[in-house]
Amino acid sequence: MSEMGARAVKFGIPLSVQLDLTYRCNERCVHCYLDHEDHGEMSTAEILGLLDQLAAAGVFFLNISGGEIFMRKDLFEIIAYARRLQFSVKLKTNAVMIRAAKAARIAELGVESVQISLYSHKAEVHDAITKLPGSFKRTVAGARLLKEHGVRVSFANVLMTHNADDYQGVQALSAEMGVGYNVDATITPMMDGDRSILQLNVDAARLQHIFHDDSLLGGSSDAFCAPPDGPMSMEDAYQTLPCSAGHTACYVSPYGDVYPCVQFPYRVGNIREQTFIDIWRDSPQLAEVRSISVGDLQGCSSCVHGGSCTRCPGLAYLEGNMRGPSTQDCEKSFARTGVASKNLLSKRGESSPTPTPRSIPILVTA
Amino acid sequence: MNAPLYIARGTDIAARRFGEETMIMSGKDSELFSLNETASLLWQAADGVTPLAQIVERQLCAAFDVDAQTALRDAEELARQLAGHGILRVSDQPLADTDAGKAP
Repeated sequence: MSEMGARAVKFGIPLSVQLDLTYRCNERCVHCYLDHEDHGEMSTAEILGLLDQLAAAGVFFLNISGGEIFMRKDLFEIIAYARRLQFSVKLKTNAVMIRAAKAARIAELGVESVQISLYSHKAEVHDAITKLPGSFKRTVAGARLLKEHGVRVSFANVLMTHNADDYQGVQALSAEMGVGYNVDATITPMMDGDRSILQLNVDAARLQHIFHDDSLLGGSSDAFCAPPDGPMSMEDAYQTLPCSAGHTACYVSPYGDVYPCVQFPYRVGNIREQTFIDIWRDSPQLAEVRSISVGDLQGCSSCVHGGSCTRCPGLAYLEGNMRGPSTQDCEKSFARTGVASKNLLSKRGESSPTPTPRSIPILVTA
Repeated sequence: MNAPLYIARGTDIAARRFGEETMIMSGKDSELFSLNETASLLWQAADGVTPLAQIVERQLCAAFDVDAQTALRDAEELARQLAGHGILRVSDQPLADTDAGKAP
């Protein structure tokens, strides 16, 4: 897989694309970053045409998401077309609208996997987040139906203030059902830049507890939470890409807008105005994103968290500078390791400690 | 003389050509394969109706300076290996054409 990624970088292939078919949704999750009104979604013909273009550009992984994808009446036509074009198709859904016939159709179409949002193992907590009464029961029933039809399923467990203590319950439910489990403790700003929902983020103490829970890391929390190794060498920093966004991956909105990533709302083109490949190859905005290496990141390239940092360039962009740090990721690094990043120290008015050298050179003289 | 062998592309797969190579993911076990130029030629020609020996002769022996018997033996081994992952179907009878499975 890493070899495939390296080859994609080398040849400039957009290996992975997330395509949101709609922002409409049957749930009203308290932490959602989307505006659920329809401002002119792509038609079926536009989406099928886009799929042709994505296949021709070399896209292999197609993540179909939303909004709630089952709000589109043409969903199965789109998936069937994508499978005919030989994409590896993953679906993201809340599964509320999945009944036996839909589960059977998803299995028949050879969908690689279905990721389902589940916030708690307690119906009252899940339903309070989705604001859709009965959603927990229907989501779990949908997941069970998919499993019964042989579809690979995983639960995406986004944690926030409402449900931060429930992840072990969701893990246990996943294990009981034989489905995968992914946890994510990042609430992101809304796509229009509104940051008010960030107050739902899990507080530092609970985040620290989560990061140190061995059950989430298969017994490797010690290594995951170990103090950072120190900054990357500048040579490495200038050769290291911040992440795959815009390099081997991108995001297309229901309106045809193209972005480096769903979490990186820097519009780089629109497929109603240009072909996908023209945007991918020639967008000045994408060229700008691609020009940034870790060595260019202000405050990050010399930070002690160096190579172990999970900095998201999209969150940095939403914070005001795509070449700057993402404070949310700095806070996560701090919760994980107990060591403050250069950015956090700067915000506190403190200076960075001199990193401990990884090895002490010994000079031998004759 | 052995009975002819037919190969057809599997349907529960994801595939894409990268230059002369083909990336394929098996729907059966999500395993990822990278077919080299030679294997990609076999994959592209696996229409279910052309005998493997003919594919080898026309595609491989014509493109590469290889002995037909050795090439056929290697191709059969590869075909059975890929069939184990659901990437190809192998039969001693012609198979339904799966042109839709051709990687763009």
